Amino acid sequence: MHQNDQPAIRITGLGKSFTLHNQGAAVVPVFADVSLEVRSGECVVLAGASGMGKSTLLRSIYANYLPCAGSVEISHDSQFVDITRAPPHLVLDVRRRTMGYVSQFLRVIPRIPTLALVMEPLLENGVDAAEARERAETILTKLNLPSTLWQLPPATFSGGEQQRVNIARVMVREYPVLLLDEPTASLDAANRGTVVALMNEARARGTAMVGIFHDEIVREQVATRLFDVARHRAAA
Amino acid sequence: MTQVQSDGPLLSVKSLHHYFGPLAACRNVSFELRRGEILGIVGESGSGKTTLLRCLSGQLAPTSGEVLFASRRHGLTDIFALSEQDRRRISREEWGYVHQNPRDGLRMRVSGGANVAEPMMMNGTRHYGQMRALSLDWFARVELDTARIDNKPRTFSGGMQQRLQIARNLIHGPSLVFMDEPTGGLDVSVQARLLDLMRALVRDMGLAAIIVTHDIGVARLLADRLLVMKSGDVVEHGLTDQVLDDPQHGYTQLLVSSVLQI
Repeated sequence: MHQNDQPAIRITGLGKSFTLHNQGAAVVPVFADVSLEVRSGECVVLAGASGMGKSTLLRSIYANYLPCAGSVEISHDSQFVDITRAPPHLVLDVRRRTMGYVSQFLRVIPRIPTLALVMEPLLENGVDAAEARERAETILTKLNLPSTLWQLPPATFSGGEQQRVNIARVMVREYPVLLLDEPTASLDAANRGTVVALMNEARARGTAMVGIFHDEIVREQVATRLFDVARHRAAA
Repeated sequence: MTQVQSDGPLLSVKSLHHYFGPLAACRNVSFELRRGEILGIVGESGSGKTTLLRCLSGQLAPTSGEVLFASRRHGLTDIFALSEQDRRRISREEWGYVHQNPRDGLRMRVSGGANVAEPMMMNGTRHYGQMRALSLDWFARVELDTARIDNKPRTFSGGMQQRLQIARNLIHGPSLVFMDEPTGGLDVSVQARLLDLMRALVRDMGLAAIIVTHDIGVARLLADRLLVMKSGDVVEHGLTDQVLDDPQHGYTQLLVSSVLQI
């Protein structure tokens, strides 16, 4: 049973530093003792200047980075999974079904048509090909990506077009948890508006979101709360 | 037939060691693999990747340790505790092995179609029409021109031969496929198509794969998890993107920072 007062993300005492073994084992501390709860329908925006560890925190929530201390629990099938300690197959299942991540850059197998890339997360979740295609076309249309581009691989697209493919690949599904790293950075005003609308629709459906937005207009339109990462800066 | 639990491990490797005389090729390797997972084994040449793959696929008995496989016939069993005959049968019925050089995995003197059909024949299919139809189907699935089905593989390009080898290794419905540098000798444009093909096949058939590669780019796009080997030791093991984006071990950090950017 899903309890509404249970957070979707629960971060407790999280710390991260990097050890550079090939540079005299130099240790680069990033943040320490971060605790944060994000509930369904919230959009928490990570604040702080560049280099304060916003992206590192976001990547730690996605298990892309391995934290040194603390835990990151994600509500998955109404049970908490500590993503920092879960076995790989469970982390992948959380990513497949529960937690979507819009990265700053698109990283995909070369030479695959855009439409197939956007269909992929649906096919991985057992949606049949015809429905996956329809939903992929719908989201690409919403994001104003011209249909003449759908059969082309995104490698030659402009930065803004690639970013919209990146967003489409995530927004084509309704993940209960969304992590967004500067999703609107390379978009023009009209497309930025579309992405903001998509994010607010997702939040209205109950999606829990954590994001990084340098653009203040976007931040004001989507944030329900700010979280200052700089306050948790670890001592060097 | 023994019932195999679908959520248990398909392959479970426990404290596997292999020595060539005094030389340790693999030291204390342990991991589990589930259905639908792709495991990449990366490391420089001489790090023990291929020796490990040969031990896992029953070709080379490890000096010590266990390789447990959830076989349809025997349940979860140490493959080296089985008779040679039973081990070969598992290899024929439930595994595939894709070699780096397609010539090592294909029979160059018989037609492409016969190459693809042979595993079915070895597993007891005798109906020519059925085999022909399935061979044609697999030619299409790996994007080979079905008009070429009666041509010998030596008339195929390197990329076509590799796709033929993949079809030959998947047609009998294995649950586990071993691949040794499957994109090694191919030019990059063919590599990309092959990567996509392999990913789609693994997803649609729900099989597990173990892929040895020295190409970090291939590992990133294909593997869910990585084992990083150095001088016979597994120095790091985890989710692919975590190992490559936040490597913990000095050797992995060196490996990742040495990749050429284009």
